Amino acid sequence: MEAFADFWATYSTLIFTVGIHALLALSLWLTLSCGLLSLANAAFMGIGAYTAALLTLHLHWPFPMVLAAGGLAPAVVALVIGAPTLRLSGVYLAMATLAFGEVTRILVLNLEITGGPEGLNGIPLLTTWWHIVLILAAAGYALARLRRSRMGRAFEAIREDEVAARMMGIDVEGHKLAAFTLGAVLAGLAGALNAHSTFFISPREYGFENAVDILTMTILGGISSLIGPVLGATILTLLPELLRFLHAYRLAVNGLILIGVVLFLPTGLWDSRRLGQMLRAWRTRWEGKP
Amino acid sequence: MSMLSSRGLGKHFGGLQVLHDVNLEVPGGAIFALIGPNGAGKTTVFNLVTGLLRPSAGAISFEGQDLAGIAPHRITRLGIARTFQNIRLFPDMTLLQNVMVGRHHLTNYSGIAALFALPSFREAERRSRERALELLSWVKLDHKAESTADNLSYGEQRKLEFARALATEPKLLLLDEPVAGMNSTEKAVLMEEIRNIRDRGYGVFLIEHDMRFVMNLCDRVAVLNFGRIIAEGAPEEIRNNPEVIEAYLGRGDEAEVLP
Repeated sequence: MEAFADFWATYSTLIFTVGIHALLALSLWLTLSCGLLSLANAAFMGIGAYTAALLTLHLHWPFPMVLAAGGLAPAVVALVIGAPTLRLSGVYLAMATLAFGEVTRILVLNLEITGGPEGLNGIPLLTTWWHIVLILAAAGYALARLRRSRMGRAFEAIREDEVAARMMGIDVEGHKLAAFTLGAVLAGLAGALNAHSTFFISPREYGFENAVDILTMTILGGISSLIGPVLGATILTLLPELLRFLHAYRLAVNGLILIGVVLFLPTGLWDSRRLGQMLRAWRTRWEGKP
Repeated sequence: MSMLSSRGLGKHFGGLQVLHDVNLEVPGGAIFALIGPNGAGKTTVFNLVTGLLRPSAGAISFEGQDLAGIAPHRITRLGIARTFQNIRLFPDMTLLQNVMVGRHHLTNYSGIAALFALPSFREAERRSRERALELLSWVKLDHKAESTADNLSYGEQRKLEFARALATEPKLLLLDEPVAGMNSTEKAVLMEEIRNIRDRGYGVFLIEHDMRFVMNLCDRVAVLNFGRIIAEGAPEEIRNNPEVIEAYLGRGDEAEVLP
């Protein structure tokens, strides 16, 4: 028991981070599942984090309401900016959402209420492990249900061929806006949880680098199922820690591993189709033996 | 009584006049073909009908309703479905899922019902799946329902596209060069499928440049050349129309001028 207490004292922050990153990767998975390459999710996370932190610090709202507001605030922003930007596709959408992220970061950097470059200090540590587990599990369940519904099929159809999806009677713009907005809700929740587990937030944490990190986690894990993003988030969060023994070479080796994965497993670590084929191949090999 | 009609339909892209004063009367419950040489503007007609492009002039109406300014997905819901010349399936989805996407607007349940797999969700999904399997059996692909679309042969992909289009429960089915790139056996199979579809009560409006295929299949034919309708009528009339022969084969004296 004491060993566990020691372990928890040392690694609880890391485990919290894994959970929050997994939620972020799922939020981007949702946007990508509709074919939208968005770099706005880091900014949505920031909006959620600041909204939640300000509500706790100034208005002393109860934590569940703070979390709900942290998810809703970026969703409202997503609805407003989604209508014009989601007309773009591919890298153009990536650029527009990147610009939105920068605008948000600079705005937060210069506003008085957000504490400017110094950020917000003294946020009470209200996030507990079960908050993260509960929200992650609920998000995973909701997304799994979504995949099996007509909306999930419509997202996939839009990703695979937008014109054909439109000709099948699918409201492409409406579905894209839904995917973008629901992704913002999940990112905002991750931000609210993050703000109440780190004591301190600043604009630096929600910028371009973070946006790319979220994208890397999701793509590295693979977007063919929900397991991929969670796996990618876990690995990318733990890898720098596991490579600590390499000291100065740590980040270089980290980068090399990522390049290796992208080169040799372009569909991500967890590709359900590839795994299914491998499983079948193994089975026939075993059964083929006398 | 025509199901789909266009009056004075025109389309230009910048200075390029693609369609000029196109008047069409497409009947319901029959096979109507729009033929013409490559580049005559046939696919543009489809893109205008389905709302992917806006006409520069004229109007299109479907069952008496003007289609101007109606979003493409709403036009589909009114009862017009289409296939594409360069097959556009959802390659990573199974055949069943491909067809079920076509039933999107006919599968109704709330988000809550989907979230908790309530009876209304399960019932609507079951009905949708059953209808999708039925449509797959019409084109004899039901035995492959669970394999992904990119595993199909070219001819099978065409047939899947038919089934997917029919899943939107259209009144009129637009087929864009359904036999492009097929050998004569595959063509014969597909011709039979198209007849079956008509015999089930659907209107079929197809684009083709393979004259022989069209003449054996269609109830009525219109010929488009350089963006203008140059002839319209029953297949026999079209076959012997000198203007049509000229559009396809060129004029005798022109051939002699060439070196």
